[in-house]
Amino acid sequence: MTTAAFGQPILRNEDDRLVRGQGSYTDDVGPSAWSLVIVRSPFARARITGIDTAEATALDGVIAVWTYDDLPGRLAEPLPLLIPHPSLGAPRTQEILANGEVRYVGQAVVAILAINRYVGEDAAERVLVDYDPLPPVVGLDAAVAAEHLVHADAPGNVSADHTEHVGNVDAAIATAPRLLELDLTMERSLGSPLEGRACYADWDRHRRRLTVQNSTQTPTSVRFALANILGIPDEQVEVAAIDVGGGFGTKIVHPWPEDILVGWAAMTYEHEVKFTEDRAEHFVATTHERGQNHHVTVAFDDDGRIVALDVDFVHDNGAFTPYGIINPIITATQLPGPYKLPSYRVHFRSLYTNTAIVTPYRGAGRPHAVFIMERTIDAIARNLDLDRAEVRRRNMIQPDEFPYDLGMTFQDGRPAIYDSGDYPRLLDMALDMIDWNGFEARRAAAAAEGRRRGIGVAADVEGTGVGPYEGGHVRVETGGKVQVSTGLASSGQGHLTSFAQIVADELGVPFEDVVVVTGDTNRFPYAVGTFASRAAVMSGNAVADAARRVKEKAMRVAAEALEANPDDLEITDGIVQVKGTPTKAIPLTQVAVLANPLRYSFSEAARAATQFAGVPDPNEPPVRPGEEPGLEAAGWYSPVRSTFASGVHAVEVEIDPLTSEVAIERYCVVHDCGNVINPMIVEGQIHGGVAQGVAGALYERMAYDADGNLTNASFMDFLMPYCTEVPTVETDHLETPSPLNPLGIKGAGEAGVIPGSAVIASAISDAEGVEITSMPIAPDEIHALREAEGTLQRPTGSLG
Amino acid sequence: MTTEPTHEVTLEINGRPTTIQVPARRLLSDALRVELGLTGTHVGCEHGVCGCCTVLVDDLPMRSCLMFAVAAEGRSIRTVEGLAAADGTLHPVQEAFRQCHGLQCGFCTPGFLMTATALIERHPEPTDEQVTEAIAGNLCRCTGYQNITAAVHKAAELAAGETPVEIPTAEARS
Repeated sequence: MTTAAFGQPILRNEDDRLVRGQGSYTDDVGPSAWSLVIVRSPFARARITGIDTAEATALDGVIAVWTYDDLPGRLAEPLPLLIPHPSLGAPRTQEILANGEVRYVGQAVVAILAINRYVGEDAAERVLVDYDPLPPVVGLDAAVAAEHLVHADAPGNVSADHTEHVGNVDAAIATAPRLLELDLTMERSLGSPLEGRACYADWDRHRRRLTVQNSTQTPTSVRFALANILGIPDEQVEVAAIDVGGGFGTKIVHPWPEDILVGWAAMTYEHEVKFTEDRAEHFVATTHERGQNHHVTVAFDDDGRIVALDVDFVHDNGAFTPYGIINPIITATQLPGPYKLPSYRVHFRSLYTNTAIVTPYRGAGRPHAVFIMERTIDAIARNLDLDRAEVRRRNMIQPDEFPYDLGMTFQDGRPAIYDSGDYPRLLDMALDMIDWNGFEARRAAAAAEGRRRGIGVAADVEGTGVGPYEGGHVRVETGGKVQVSTGLASSGQGHLTSFAQIVADELGVPFEDVVVVTGDTNRFPYAVGTFASRAAVMSGNAVADAARRVKEKAMRVAAEALEANPDDLEITDGIVQVKGTPTKAIPLTQVAVLANPLRYSFSEAARAATQFAGVPDPNEPPVRPGEEPGLEAAGWYSPVRSTFASGVHAVEVEIDPLTSEVAIERYCVVHDCGNVINPMIVEGQIHGGVAQGVAGALYERMAYDADGNLTNASFMDFLMPYCTEVPTVETDHLETPSPLNPLGIKGAGEAGVIPGSAVIASAISDAEGVEITSMPIAPDEIHALREAEGTLQRPTGSLG
Repeated sequence: MTTEPTHEVTLEINGRPTTIQVPARRLLSDALRVELGLTGTHVGCEHGVCGCCTVLVDDLPMRSCLMFAVAAEGRSIRTVEGLAAADGTLHPVQEAFRQCHGLQCGFCTPGFLMTATALIERHPEPTDEQVTEAIAGNLCRCTGYQNITAAVHKAAELAAGETPVEIPTAEARS
């Protein structure tokens, strides 16, 4: 009997290659490729008054130097607006190279093609660009003030203005027993995968084929964009993302200017061309997220039950809006979290600033949503002098209320309807895990030793597995392996393992025989991409569907060979047999042979499928009507709407009485992503997410100066945590299967990061007895809060 | 095409004497990846902070992006490709990272593997503090470090049955 692979902590198929150093990240291919190097804007906002490329062009080893004026046809047009939205009234996307005006530091101005990167960077230094600097719009306050405009034709710096509401908020507020108002801020960070952006292209004029490797979360979309902009048929472009060194949302954006330039250069010169971003470029020329300012009005009763929530916020979308307004839309629709809001209104404006473009970073608008909701609940608890956990419990949606319709439109354009969950149970599990009720003793013990200890809790609901669809292909090879492919890319999520577990069980073959490939348009050309905690839900169910179709076909073919009824057959450990009669059996590999009627044999096994090997039914064609040769099938999954995962984080901190440094003593996560395919992988996702949540709460921010220069654009100054900053994460799972998909799974990729700022703010607030309204928070800010509150402790005694 | 002068550098790569021709400014990381085709050594920041490009130079962890290839003259360099045994058996550090789910995207992994190798060659039974100290200079964006820390301890455990590597003294090398 085959042991079920689904649900087991099976070690990853990915790892053998990767620990041997045999990965294939984009910069690993094409050692002889020419190098694309970009001259970037040093100004946040300026007119370009002249570009002198003569000296760069003359440099030995330089193939070409391009400015905007050199770009032909479609390449001179702005890059695609990836996600249009009715509320996005003034969308703007950048051109491949700046056209007369630059709008953020890091914007591509001049492209250099050189024999290698060293020469290319020499040439970049020899390009002379004359700028006429203009006053930049930096930060949300400047964007709102709109004294200057990022785009002259976007009045008020507004790209989008959007409102949604459920119930009558004004009426509820007018009659509510209690009201509170809060101003809550979250600053920018960025995904910062350790592999930056990279793309490689080679044009084969014989096959008329552009072969591309790209460090992307969506190779299929890169392919369509490249073909479209380069003006060649889709069939002439193949894109693979073999290994991607982290994505975190950053690499869902496409096509980048460099993607197009690399493809164009490869075709123009019929030579391999590569662009590999360096870290300094990644900080300014890729994308950021998280800058939003929120004003909250909450109305509630004397028991702490919310009757109305009114949220007005501004979102900093940077200089362009290639990804539309997905981030603020997600904040708006995920804000209710696990709580019942009888009336809710959210209004936001998305604003242009002269800073790096803003697109989703792991969590994508949700960390803000949870921060707002959870700070609000804490404020209600404080106002009523109630236990913070109790106020949460009183407001939570109950397990018998699913499906629970928020009455809003989610980021997939479909109704936001929670499919399943048990939020009170999650809360109780988290409170038990951290011993919430025993905390006051620990606080007192710490206080007795002069230390300030605090505890926090935060809950989230995360829409995962957004559509429109994914597909998968399963093929049983006559050699014994089961080849599986799906179009979305992998950047560390363990898809080659999880999808193999699913297919092994669905098909009835050993896990070891299943080989998965992701993100190769040659293998599977239709896909959407890896983002929004969707890959396991979408491609997982798609490969399961494909495996079921293959199994059905295997039963039909085997039934004929065994002279049995297909309904009497089962597949176990790769053997098709009559149930209860193990002697009447045929290996799946042999079924694969028989599924492909042959004229020409290629092996001993294949002889059985040749035309003189015995004809099953001479009155039927060898390939029956409606059948296809081969033991293979494509399968699909297209959900009617998203499935909603949930979680509760609880954290205990101690804050140094002198230095204000925050030490995380315990970090507990209870998470519900439905049925878990591989608990080892899911826990790994949570660990990594929590690390990014802690980073966003305590360390990482984008330090722009008033002129729009990013002053911390290096790993020396941008405080990405090492192992010394990240706490040990304690995890537990609740599994409420999703009723929306056959596998009952929900997404898990972003669960770790989302409540990070909310829960840590809650714990710091508890330890310090002050309101925490802005994240991230650094020791100097806690110090300033202590000064303002008069709780500052001065060092005593001699330092000598 | 280019006339940039090059220098001959003779060094030992994963135990094999090797000679390369490189310009004076060529980084060791680039020479490993391009001239020698050893793309297992990754470049994450090019300013010596992330640790992805860590290799062992005369058995000590070094950031290969902060070292010129010409400075490797006469040195012994070990990269991730040299960790596994000749028969393909994974090195205890590699095996431990696999067993402990100590990697996700795998980009930072070679740097951690080399750093951990140097640690357990010196400290076959490292304490928690020694493990933290050793890996505290390497960035990982995926794992949250928890499983990496566990993997380093596991590596020491797996290696315990093996003969410790003889670390030559500086005098013996010169």
